[in-house]
Amino acid sequence: MKFAKALASATILAACTFGSASAAELVVGFSQIGSESGWRAAETTLTKQQAEQRGIDLKFADAQQKQENQIKAIRSFIAQGVNAILVAPVVATGWDEVLQEAKDAEIPVILLDRTVDASDDLYLTAVTSDLVHEGNVAGKWLVDTVAGKPCNVVELQGTTGSSPAIDRKKGFEQALSGHDNLKIVRSQTGDFTRTKGKEVMESFLKAEGGGKNICALYAHNDDMAVGAIQAIKEAGLKPGTDILVVSIDAVPDIFQAMAAGEANATVELTPNMAGPAFDALAAYLKDGTAPAKWIQTESKLYTQADDPMKVYEEKKGLGY
Amino acid sequence: MQTSSDNILSAVRIDKGFPGTKALDKVDFHLQRGEVHALLGENGAGKSTLIKCLTGAYRRDGGNILLDGVEVDPRDTFDAQRLGIGTVYQEVNLLPNLSVAENLFLGRQPRRFGMVDIRAMNRKARELLSEYELKLDVTRALASYSVAIQQVVAIARAVDLSGKVLILDEPTASLDAHEVAMLFRIVRRLKARGLGIIFITHFLEQVYEISDRITVLRNGRLVGTRNTAELDRRDLIAMMIGRELAAEIHAAEAHAAEGGEPRYRFRNYGRRGRIDPFDLDVRAGEVVGIAGLLGSGRTETAEVLFGAHRADSGTAEIDGRRVDLSSPRAAIREKFGFCPEDRKTDGIVGDLSVRENIVLALQARRGWTRPISRAEQNRLADLYIRALDIRTADREKPIKLLSGGNQQKAILARWLATEPEFLILDEPTRGIDVGAHAEIVRLIESLREKGMSLIVISSELEELVAYSTRIIVLRDRAHVAELGGERITAHQIVEAIAAANERRAS
Amino acid sequence: MTSIFRTYLARLLPQLIALSAIIIAISMTFPGFLNLEIQNGRLYGSLIDILNRGAPVVLLAIGMTVVIATKGIDLSVGAVMAICGAVAASFITSGHSLFETILITLAVGILCGVWNGILVAVLDIQPIIATLVLMVAGRGIAQLVTEGAILTFNDPGLIFIGSGSFAGLPMPVVVWLVFGVLVALLVRQSALGMLIEAIGVNRQASTLSGVLTPVLLIAAYMLSGLCAAIGGIIAAADIRGADANNAGLWLELDAILAVVVGGTSLLGGRFSIAASVLGAIIIQAINTGILLSGFPPEFNLIIKAAIIVFILVLQSPRFRTSFAFLAFPRRAAKTTEQEAK
Repeated sequence: MKFAKALASATILAACTFGSASAAELVVGFSQIGSESGWRAAETTLTKQQAEQRGIDLKFADAQQKQENQIKAIRSFIAQGVNAILVAPVVATGWDEVLQEAKDAEIPVILLDRTVDASDDLYLTAVTSDLVHEGNVAGKWLVDTVAGKPCNVVELQGTTGSSPAIDRKKGFEQALSGHDNLKIVRSQTGDFTRTKGKEVMESFLKAEGGGKNICALYAHNDDMAVGAIQAIKEAGLKPGTDILVVSIDAVPDIFQAMAAGEANATVELTPNMAGPAFDALAAYLKDGTAPAKWIQTESKLYTQADDPMKVYEEKKGLGY
Repeated sequence: MQTSSDNILSAVRIDKGFPGTKALDKVDFHLQRGEVHALLGENGAGKSTLIKCLTGAYRRDGGNILLDGVEVDPRDTFDAQRLGIGTVYQEVNLLPNLSVAENLFLGRQPRRFGMVDIRAMNRKARELLSEYELKLDVTRALASYSVAIQQVVAIARAVDLSGKVLILDEPTASLDAHEVAMLFRIVRRLKARGLGIIFITHFLEQVYEISDRITVLRNGRLVGTRNTAELDRRDLIAMMIGRELAAEIHAAEAHAAEGGEPRYRFRNYGRRGRIDPFDLDVRAGEVVGIAGLLGSGRTETAEVLFGAHRADSGTAEIDGRRVDLSSPRAAIREKFGFCPEDRKTDGIVGDLSVRENIVLALQARRGWTRPISRAEQNRLADLYIRALDIRTADREKPIKLLSGGNQQKAILARWLATEPEFLILDEPTRGIDVGAHAEIVRLIESLREKGMSLIVISSELEELVAYSTRIIVLRDRAHVAELGGERITAHQIVEAIAAANERRAS
Repeated sequence: MTSIFRTYLARLLPQLIALSAIIIAISMTFPGFLNLEIQNGRLYGSLIDILNRGAPVVLLAIGMTVVIATKGIDLSVGAVMAICGAVAASFITSGHSLFETILITLAVGILCGVWNGILVAVLDIQPIIATLVLMVAGRGIAQLVTEGAILTFNDPGLIFIGSGSFAGLPMPVVVWLVFGVLVALLVRQSALGMLIEAIGVNRQASTLSGVLTPVLLIAAYMLSGLCAAIGGIIAAADIRGADANNAGLWLELDAILAVVVGGTSLLGGRFSIAASVLGAIIIQAINTGILLSGFPPEFNLIIKAAIIVFILVLQSPRFRTSFAFLAFPRRAAKTTEQEAK
């Protein structure tokens, strides 16, 4: 997969040196981190789709998790004289120099999905989701759903110390504050994986009276929720009914679970970062409208009422 | 014992024992001012143990060391250096990535205001090396020079530090003829300056070229000290491998003539780079002894016979049938057995019990699917522990805890358990105590009487003479002579080795 | 027979003590820990969770023990788990029968072992380097198979291996129990165990004694690959999907740790499969205990490390000699054994 992509990107880069795009066409370079997760793969797919829809010629470069590859790719985009550059930065630091080069070449740079520690006049805008807000949306849904009834919540955290884990926990707790009927009784890390999600959920069930004391599960990502749902089933309980399940990311598999009534809600971390980015770019190139420095993507809430099977079908082909 | 004023270093009645062996037994050694004194002996004779006692690397068990007539007791090599005894080893133990000058003055760099004065150090280094007719860029890394130059730098450092006694341990082993000549010029110059120089080597020509006197050790005992000029080559070899002890009786003589057709026939057998092709016949009930100096190809012969190193020329036949001996397994299939010279690395399986060590080869031959039952293992182990008198608390004791002689007997038992017909023993009596020594010699005799064919390699001439029906003499990785019948005497063996040596010398 | 049992017990005593101590400690902080009940026809409780969750590491530890006994090490097992999980998932989803899928997956695991074994035994590459190759490349291979996503499946047979039960026990437990007993019997009832130990202690001397060293070395790595394959199937069946990025991640280290906690020396030689299995269970007991304890997750690794250091200190030769009285039961067992003769 990786190799294939690397090859593909190399050929694209090579191709660029001669076959140049027609004058009317917009040429945009995209330096992607890699394909370390399904979400990342979906982001790549959607970015390509969005570009195609708008008739943008997208030059794709897979950095295979290395900043040096990204810097190389950006320099090569500059050399090719693209109209704009999209970057999903692999780390936060060390971008000043190459961003300055792009600025000097008057090529606008848009950051996708993550931000960087650099002066914000070096890039046009950053399109990211708000992790705290995601947690908040999940929390609000739970508060509304239990409607004042007492409810013990167990939380499956992401990898300890990672920013999604910290922020999604924070947002969720903010939403719960002031609602004394909701209490987080257990909180452990499930490392964002299904296996650990299942294992940790098993221990939660044991620790809380076989699950009778648990009213809801909040998982920092869908994969852990999918693992936990299996644990709940194996403990003889009905996920989605006996224990409410809310999680974040909106990967296809959770929609299957929602369709089966085993999961209740998920908050989308949209892989479509490129859409808003291209919109902002179009406006900027048209009449120089400078977008805001931060474009927040929508954190959309999906529940069982949203025809989960349909969403599943839509999402299935994106490479999650 | 008078201490001649000429003696710069005297070691008197030095004793040193290791568990199970006596490495040095009341050895006397005297080194005069301004002489080159060769210290000779076969492997395990006690040369390096003596040197280590002199330089404080080992604590001696008994005896005195006098330097310039004053009793000294070096605690370690640094102490010895400070007292005046410097040592240069075959492997130069300096720091290759530091400069020549830094190596010369390591730990005693000239300082100015508390900082190393590099300029002064380099100047002093150049001065020092000019005495050795060396003009080097002393700021370059030591590793950028040849081993010979590094050797000289090491000597320069040792002499500059110590200045009384210089010990050269196999200094010429990795040098070419030209470099050896350069080294010897330096050695003569130091000798003229009044240093006492101890020279350890196994190149006899070099001994005759450079040394004034020779001291020979054997089995941890002093054989004697002679003036080089008065000691002829064959007497020296006799001193090294022992003849005066040989009672010139030849026990195996009576059985030598009989036997008839050889069972084992090796033709043009050899392996390039290890042992020249040789012919060898071995009859049933025959012990073929292999004699030769260290490095003459004795072990290489054994290894190629056993398939430890595959032969790349020649053929092997047993009873007229062509056989494949390309690996130990193949040889074992043909009922071969091999007790290697280096017991620790090639023989014992240290953490396993005496029982497991004894059944190992038999089990390996049967294959893993046909395990020897625990009862049968116990029976075999007990049988050989009793038969060979292996001293162990019980058969489950890890073999590494046994003494050398008992380990050797257990390895022998490992092969006897496979009921071999052709047994190769490489230095079976090396490094074991006198009692076990005699038992192993008796065992060899009794195995021969039972009709087994044996190849025995030993540096103990009297031992070889005692049990061999024939003796092959090796030199320079080639079989050069075969002695049989009446000619099996220590004297004849020494003659054969020396003749070969003289041919090479001339 | 009893005397053999006694020596066995003496060998396993430190691990049994450590495990009991951990279980007692957890049940003091969490009273329901020892509860066992029947639910849906299977045993249900934290103790069962330990045995069940420990399955992958137990399986890896079985293979790792044999490899370590040869003075080797197999760093690739985690990656091989990921490969085999991916292979199993992709075969079952592409319509192969359960039997075919399992057969092919096990073959792939064994093939990985052959690769490692050839690098070590034939090319004479140091085991840590040789298996590092597959450790690094293996996850990439697994990602190629799953195409980067979590490859989910719904085959009831395969799922049964992960979460079904047999005779009241979860299937993963049944699998490792049966497999562990089979391997232990194979190794100890044949001469394999002794020959492997001989290679581990002194490869040169063993070769000179006629032991077929290269073949046995390759066999050891094959066994390790097979164990990883079974572990990979179980891990994938457990979550009904193959997660190439996370399956078996860092488990090679847990497996090595299990072997060490089990008292087998990393320098090769004497080994005990039962002790390594206990070692793996000890590690899992610690993990489960931490999860039950309700400590914030930031403490997980510190607590785990502290307990393991404590166990290793208990096992260290220096500690044993300074507290010789702790070794008393050992000696007692030995003397009774001699009396029994």
